[in-house]
Amino acid sequence: MVYLTRKAEFSASHYYHNPDFTPEENRRVFGKCNNPNGHGHNYTLEVTVKGQVDPRSGFVVDLKQLKEIMHREVLDAMDHRFLNKEVPEFLHRIPTTENIAIAIWQRLAAKLASAKLHRVRVYETPDLFVDFFGEL
Amino acid sequence: MKAHLSRRYLFSASHRLHSEAMSEDENKSTYGKCNNPYGHGHNYTIEVTVSGPVDDKTGMVCNLVDLDGFIEREVLARYGHENLNTLREFSQEVPTTENLCIQIYEIVQRGFHEAHLERVRLEETMMNSFEYAGRAESAGSFDREPGQ
Repeated sequence: MVYLTRKAEFSASHYYHNPDFTPEENRRVFGKCNNPNGHGHNYTLEVTVKGQVDPRSGFVVDLKQLKEIMHREVLDAMDHRFLNKEVPEFLHRIPTTENIAIAIWQRLAAKLASAKLHRVRVYETPDLFVDFFGEL
Repeated sequence: MKAHLSRRYLFSASHRLHSEAMSEDENKSTYGKCNNPYGHGHNYTIEVTVSGPVDDKTGMVCNLVDLDGFIEREVLARYGHENLNTLREFSQEVPTTENLCIQIYEIVQRGFHEAHLERVRLEETMMNSFEYAGRAESAGSFDREPGQ
């Protein structure tokens, strides 16, 4: 088994708010992230796939195809967007780094043909990142 | 759904690697420059990884403010700008980054209960890093398959 990781970057804005919480509760739980006008990050995405090396191509996965899938499924939807308002998953789910990693996994898992998705890692900043391995 | 959250923190401290169990010559040959009696320092980076189900109400594994507060109080305030050799935990033990990594893991494991501690990774310099994931035979992030 060989693991291959492809990186991408996207920039987006978001805010944290749970409509079931009172305004005080929202401010207490989410702090500065509760500002309804949003704030932004430069996210770094790392997608790791795993598989056997194809003896003919020497590839685990065709990197060109992986790059295209990441662009089509993730970057076109999330780059330079206000996540809460423009990305369907986050109309009713808080766009935390955890939930972004899960949403990206769900977008990618079904689209990968030859290799299997192993890990989605999303860096919100260089000092904060989330890994999702598809665990329930 | 279960996710892993990692957070990185910086602190600076000094230490000297010297073992009472070794002769002067053995200390010098084992620890080299790190045996300099006056000590030397590093900018350490701690990477703490916790895991757990993502809370439906908050979208979080654990509240970052709470994790940051805990690490600030219990780890950074304890080790930041200190000479590690003067601290109680290193009175009998050599303050290598291996041992410091284990100490930090134990502090978080004992005191932070909002999420499961997966591992602590400690970078001594950009070239050297150490990971500890508890007593069980586990190599932390080198376990490529989660749950094993």
